[in-house]
Amino acid sequence: MTSSLRFRAAIVSIVLFAAFLGIWHISTRGTGTVANMTPEYAKLMGLTATAGKSAMPGPLDVGAKLWEHLKSPFYDNGPNDKGLGIQLGYSIARVGLGYFLAVIVAIPLGFLIGMSPLFSKALDPFIQVLKPISPLAWMPLALYTIKDSSISAIFVIFICSVWPMLLNTSFGVAAVRKEWINVARTLEVGTVRRAFTVILPAAAPTILTGMRISIGIAWLVIVAAEMLVGGTGIGYFVWNEWNNLSITNVIIAILLIGIVGMLLDQILARFTRMVTFPE
Amino acid sequence: MTDKFISIEGIARRYPGADGGQISVFEDLWLSMSRGEFGCVIGHSGCGKTTVLNILAGLDEPSEGAVIVDGQAIEGTSLDRAVIFQSHALLPWRTVLGNVSYAVTSKWRNWDRAKVKAHAQKFIDLVGLTGSEHKRPSELSGGMKQRVGIARALSITPKIMLMDEPFSALDALTRGTLQDEVRRICLETGQTAFMITHDVDEAIYLADKIFLMTNGPGAVLAEIVENPLPKDRGRIDLHRHPYYYALRNHIVDFLVSRSKTFAATVTNHDPRNVPIVRPGLSEPTIVASPKMIETSPAQTIAR
Ligand SMILES: Nc1ncnc2c1ncn2[C@@H]1O[C@H](COP(=O)(O)OP(=O)(O)OP(=O)(O)O)[C@@H](O)[C@H]1O
Ligand SMILES: [Mg+2]
Repeated sequence: MTSSLRFRAAIVSIVLFAAFLGIWHISTRGTGTVANMTPEYAKLMGLTATAGKSAMPGPLDVGAKLWEHLKSPFYDNGPNDKGLGIQLGYSIARVGLGYFLAVIVAIPLGFLIGMSPLFSKALDPFIQVLKPISPLAWMPLALYTIKDSSISAIFVIFICSVWPMLLNTSFGVAAVRKEWINVARTLEVGTVRRAFTVILPAAAPTILTGMRISIGIAWLVIVAAEMLVGGTGIGYFVWNEWNNLSITNVIIAILLIGIVGMLLDQILARFTRMVTFPE
Repeated sequence: MTDKFISIEGIARRYPGADGGQISVFEDLWLSMSRGEFGCVIGHSGCGKTTVLNILAGLDEPSEGAVIVDGQAIEGTSLDRAVIFQSHALLPWRTVLGNVSYAVTSKWRNWDRAKVKAHAQKFIDLVGLTGSEHKRPSELSGGMKQRVGIARALSITPKIMLMDEPFSALDALTRGTLQDEVRRICLETGQTAFMITHDVDEAIYLADKIFLMTNGPGAVLAEIVENPLPKDRGRIDLHRHPYYYALRNHIVDFLVSRSKTFAATVTNHDPRNVPIVRPGLSEPTIVASPKMIETSPAQTIAR
C-alpha cells in the first residue's frame, strides 16, 4: 500500500516536472514577430529582437549549459571565471565555518540558559533584541571592523545561525522531563555527568531541530551575503552572471543552490533521526 | 528493637497559594520505621503521599522539620535510598542493560566495564528479564519497564527502597508476580521499604505497618495499622487467614468514611503519638501508644 503510494507519487512528480519543462519550452520558443529595424540597430539588439527569440533561455539551453558546467566544475580562469564547483565550494566552506562557530557558541550557552533560571532571565533581553536583526544589517559593521570581506561573510553566517540553535538548545534543556533529572539526582550523579548523560541525550532531538533550522537560514543568507561582498562564492556567481546578462547561468545557479540546500537539510535530518529516541 | 532507622520528625510542606498565602499539604508529621520493616502508606489522592516519599528520597525539602535516617539528618538524595518511580522513569535512549548499568556506574565509579555489566546482569536476571537486555524501554511492556525500574533500584544495593505506587499501572497478574518478587527480595536482603499504594490487598500482603493518611489539604497521619498476619503469609491464601477481613475492613472503613471525617471528629490527635492499631478477631482496638509497643510488643495481642 505504502510502496504503491510512493510509486504513484513519483509518477505524479515526473508528470508535473515534464509539464513544467514543456510549458517552459513552449513559452520561451521564438515568437516570430520580428521588429522592423535597420541592420545596424538589429546587430545592436542581438537575436532577442531580430529573430523573435525570447530573452528567457529555454530548458534545452539550460540543459546544454548545465552539461558544460558539469563536465568541468573546477576550472579556474581568473577572478571572474571559475567553475561552479569552486564557487559552491567557497560558499559551503563559509557556511560550514560560520555554522561551526555558531554551534560552539550556541550549544554551551543554550545549556547555561536552559539549566540556570538566573541566566535565562538575565540574557533574555539581549536575545530578544538581537534575534530579529537581519543578519545582513551586520554586514557594514562587520566589514568596517573586520576589514576582510570573506571573514565578514562568515561572521554574518555565524550571527544568523546562532539564534535558532541557542533558543532550541535552551528550550530543549529546560524541558527535559523532571523524572529523568530525578533519576540522576537519586543516583547522586554530578552536574557535569548529568549534563552529558541525561540532559544532552534528552534534549538532542530539540537541539538538532534548531541546528537544522540554522543550516537552512545560513544557506539562505550566504547567497545574499556573497552578492554584497563579492569575489567568490555562488552568490557572487549569480550576481556576476546577471551583470553578464547570462540568464542561463543564473538559472543553473538557482537550481544548484536549491539542490545544495536540500542536501544540507537532509544531512541534518539524518543526524536528527539518529538521536531521536522512541518513547 | 527500639531503633528508629527512619525517623520523620515534625515535617511540614507548604506551597505558595494563589492569593499570596500558603497552602499546607501537611503539618507536623511524625513517622518512624525500624530497620528491615516494610511500611505502606495508604490515603486518598492528593493527600501528600508522594510529597512525603519525595522528602524521604531527598528530592523535595520539607518547609519545616527533619528526616533522620540511620542517625543522620538527610541532606538531598543519596545512593543509600533508591527510588522506584511510579512512571518507571527509564531513560528511553538507553537499553535495559544501559539503564541498570547507569545506576551501577553511578555507585561504583571506578568499576570496569565487564564488572559493571556482570553486576547489572545479575539484577536483570533477578527480576526475570534475561534475554531482554538489549531492548529499549519503548520495546517493553509496562510490567517489564517496571521490572527494569526495580532492577535499577536494587542494583545499587540500597539501605532503603522508596516506592511510589510501583505497580498501579499494571494488570493484576503482573502485579501479583512483581509483588511476590519485591517481597522475596526485601525479606532476603533485609531491605527497609517504604511504599505508597492505593491497593489495600497489596498493603496487607507486603506491609508490616500500614500508615493511614487523612484527606488533604492539611492531611495527618491518622493511625498506624500493624499487620497481624504471619510473616510467611502467601499472596494466594491471604484471605484465608482469620484476621484478614478484620484488617481489610478496618482499612477500607478508614478510606471510605473516617479519612474524610477524621479532622472534624478527632480533636485530641497527637501527631507525635499516633495510635497503633492491630485489628484482630473481634473489633479492632487501640492497643498501645508507640512507647509501650516498643517495650513489650507481645502484650498487644493479649488485650
Ligand atoms: N508544585 C506544587 N505546587 C502546589 N501544590 C502542589 C505542588 N505539588 C503538589 N502540590 C499539592 O500537594 C498535594 C499533595 O500532592 P501529592 O503528589 O503528594 O499527592 P499524592 O498523595 O501523592 O496523590 P496521588 O495519590 O494522586 O499520587 C496535592 O494536593 C497537590 O495539589
Ligand atoms: Mg502520588
